[in-house]
Amino acid sequence: MKFPFMPFLHRISSPPRFYRMACRWIPRLGWTGLIFMLVGLVWGLGFAPPDYQQGNAFRIMYIHVPSAWLSLFIYTVMAVSAVIAFVWRIKLAEVMIIANAPIGATFTFLALVTGSIWGKPMWGTYWVWDPRLTFELILLFQYFGVIALYTAITDRRVGARAAAILAMVGIVTVPIVHYSVVWWSSLHQGSSFKTLDNPAIAWSMLVPLLIMFIGTNLFYLAVVFLRSRNELLLREKQTAWVGEILDKGV
Amino acid sequence: MFNDFNMGKYAVYVWSSYGLALIVLVASYVIPLLQHKKQLRILKRQRRAGRLEQ
Repeated sequence: MKFPFMPFLHRISSPPRFYRMACRWIPRLGWTGLIFMLVGLVWGLGFAPPDYQQGNAFRIMYIHVPSAWLSLFIYTVMAVSAVIAFVWRIKLAEVMIIANAPIGATFTFLALVTGSIWGKPMWGTYWVWDPRLTFELILLFQYFGVIALYTAITDRRVGARAAAILAMVGIVTVPIVHYSVVWWSSLHQGSSFKTLDNPAIAWSMLVPLLIMFIGTNLFYLAVVFLRSRNELLLREKQTAWVGEILDKGV
Repeated sequence: MFNDFNMGKYAVYVWSSYGLALIVLVASYVIPLLQHKKQLRILKRQRRAGRLEQ
């Protein structure tokens, strides 16, 4: 089978090329992400109107919703990398599994904790065993499982293979988290954002949320490049291209 | 309309969420960045000592 983007994928999946690309893109993505996040935050915390029911507590949304979205998105990226690593044994895909897992766990943790802090004034409790919350917690443990399995096995390639299987199987949790508020009667409110034509919240609240989305996603990309760069360096430390970088720089 | 970042009775919830997020996000960027510097230093030393030859 021939895909039009295959030559491009082949080119960037070469470790030295990817490493150099990562070095170039980390500061660009990091700074742009930071600027978007600052604008989104000032807008969301300082200028968006308070909610008619939740008052100012709704403003936790600007970190909670992007974190929760990333917790699912990063898992999906990790599972797709796992399929590629498992089927084609592409080294970069193995690196991507282990580069994504900690940052996915980070955003899942943030989604859970900020949600919990939001829950206290709105629901009267920090935690309930509600489907949405429970499966998000399971997702956090799945990230831990992938990291633990990979680090427990000395041979990185064998470890990546084991972690890939766990990551692939665990993808079932992603749609369960996403649809949990639809399938079950949940304490958790429904989605604030479905389509651009029909948002569930006012535009004055939605625009800063979208800006935070862009910012946090760029930030995520920067961190993925940071982590995959480290992993590549360790895995390939005995190759000629790493030698060249050690001697002459990038 | 600017609200002076005044969160009223929800201040403690809003600011603790963002304070935590700030710490966690800064750490998740800075830790791998410092690891990279450290790795480069260690690998350069190993290379000079000839311990990275195949």
